[in-house]
Amino acid sequence: MAKVIVMTSGKGGVGKTTSSAAFATGLALRGFKTVVIDFDVGLRNLDLIMGCERRVVFDFVNVINGEAKLNQALIKDKRVENLYILPTSQTRDKDALTKEGVEKILDELRKDFDYILCDSPAGIEKGALMALYFADHAIIVTNPEVSSVRDSDRILGVLASKSRRAELNQEPVQEHLLLTRYDPERVERGDMLKVDDVLEILAIPLLGVVPESTAVLRASNIGMPVTLDEKSNANQAYTDAVARFLGDTVEHRFMKPEKKGFFERFLRRTA
Amino acid sequence: MRSTNQISERDAPFQLRGNSFTVMVLKLMAPDDPSFFPQLLSKIRQAPNFFKNAPVVLDLEDLDEGAGPADFIDFVVTLRQNSLIPVGIQGGTPTQQAAAFEAGLTIMPTGRPSREPERDFQRPAPGRAPTDPLPPRAPMPMAETAAPEFQKTTMIITEPVRSGRQIYAARGDLIVLGPVSAGAELLADGNIHVYSSLRGRALAGISGDTSARIFCHSLEAELVSIAGLYRVSEDLEKTVFKKQVHIYLDDGYLRMDPLA
Repeated sequence: MAKVIVMTSGKGGVGKTTSSAAFATGLALRGFKTVVIDFDVGLRNLDLIMGCERRVVFDFVNVINGEAKLNQALIKDKRVENLYILPTSQTRDKDALTKEGVEKILDELRKDFDYILCDSPAGIEKGALMALYFADHAIIVTNPEVSSVRDSDRILGVLASKSRRAELNQEPVQEHLLLTRYDPERVERGDMLKVDDVLEILAIPLLGVVPESTAVLRASNIGMPVTLDEKSNANQAYTDAVARFLGDTVEHRFMKPEKKGFFERFLRRTA
Repeated sequence: MRSTNQISERDAPFQLRGNSFTVMVLKLMAPDDPSFFPQLLSKIRQAPNFFKNAPVVLDLEDLDEGAGPADFIDFVVTLRQNSLIPVGIQGGTPTQQAAAFEAGLTIMPTGRPSREPERDFQRPAPGRAPTDPLPPRAPMPMAETAAPEFQKTTMIITEPVRSGRQIYAARGDLIVLGPVSAGAELLADGNIHVYSSLRGRALAGISGDTSARIFCHSLEAELVSIAGLYRVSEDLEKTVFKKQVHIYLDDGYLRMDPLA
């Protein structure tokens, strides 16, 4: 049975699209047939980060409007087996999304895929609502700073009241916290919120902590999901998070500044 | 609402408690009218069990100066003979109040809120009080006639209350078991209980109930308010911040006490 996952945050710029690309790639690498959909109509970015922007012919909105077939719009990733991207339109806006249209596409994708990952736009308006409405799981992307935490809290409230599961009074959407751009040294100095502070406020299970990493920006710019950059610790953090999502028990890491001895070992291992 | 005030010493021979009862109010328009008692009696005869030894409060509010019963003691005795037990008065001029006090009646505060009367009066001397073997109590059926104008309801929220959510417990109490996030708002006509951190806003008694209270396990609220009197987070004292706290109105002042 296919699962619909929404990657959402409320706030913009916290790493939703990066995390969507990395997470979808991680799921596909584990052998699950995965599709990642860009819900950010008008601000199309996912295809850039996935490195498939030059192969976009039809998009999500075309399929909703019946101007194209679903498999005409789906782009198969060239690097990873089982990974597909459904890009969005850059010329339209969020009003192009309708509940019926989105539902029809998700129902069709459910037949073929194990995981459908919806990359939500920022905000709590139509685009974000459409992205989360059909979700079974929600991954809340949060940065360790107060405004991001508050917006995440808000989006958790929206999930609990406006998702289809909430409206139909079904079992609630399963919530997972992904703390990104975490810098243990700045946390130590008191510049950033601690993992525990964030968990205390949001009170949802922690899926993973992704350390602030130069690899993420580089990966975005060359259009490669960070999960494919074997050298980076962000890659390891996402791989861990995917494993936890699939039910594995993996100890959390990247939460403390690296000690010298460990740091050296670490360098040797990843160099 | 029941306010209990227990004495700390366990082995004390008594216990002092506050409690509220529903009591009938007998509004006096023309107590010296010769038809007063005959008419009252015929009313009592319609439901003798209901009125049997029922405590009543005499309402003098609409009486003119000097229009009260000529002799309060007489009046009280006659009422008792007719199985009503006057316990106090409401309203009236100072002269009337003094006369009623002489007759062994206490002065009840006027208006809706049924607070315990705390007066600096001496209690009437035992000899002067009309004797009666039965303690005043509220007969069962009376609760129905004098019930509050709404049925109290309690709303219980078990999940966290997220930022941006507003919960209103109309006509009753609101109990929240999860944390209340900054940016969330709790509203209740009655009390608010939060058995976790309160980081949002909590407004109790929003329809004007000054006896409403707020209880929380960790006070980190943006704003707390009882019956419109509010305090914002900036003005919270350090002694109650992140503590288990109990918030109530005391003489028009918003008090915050740590829960022991």
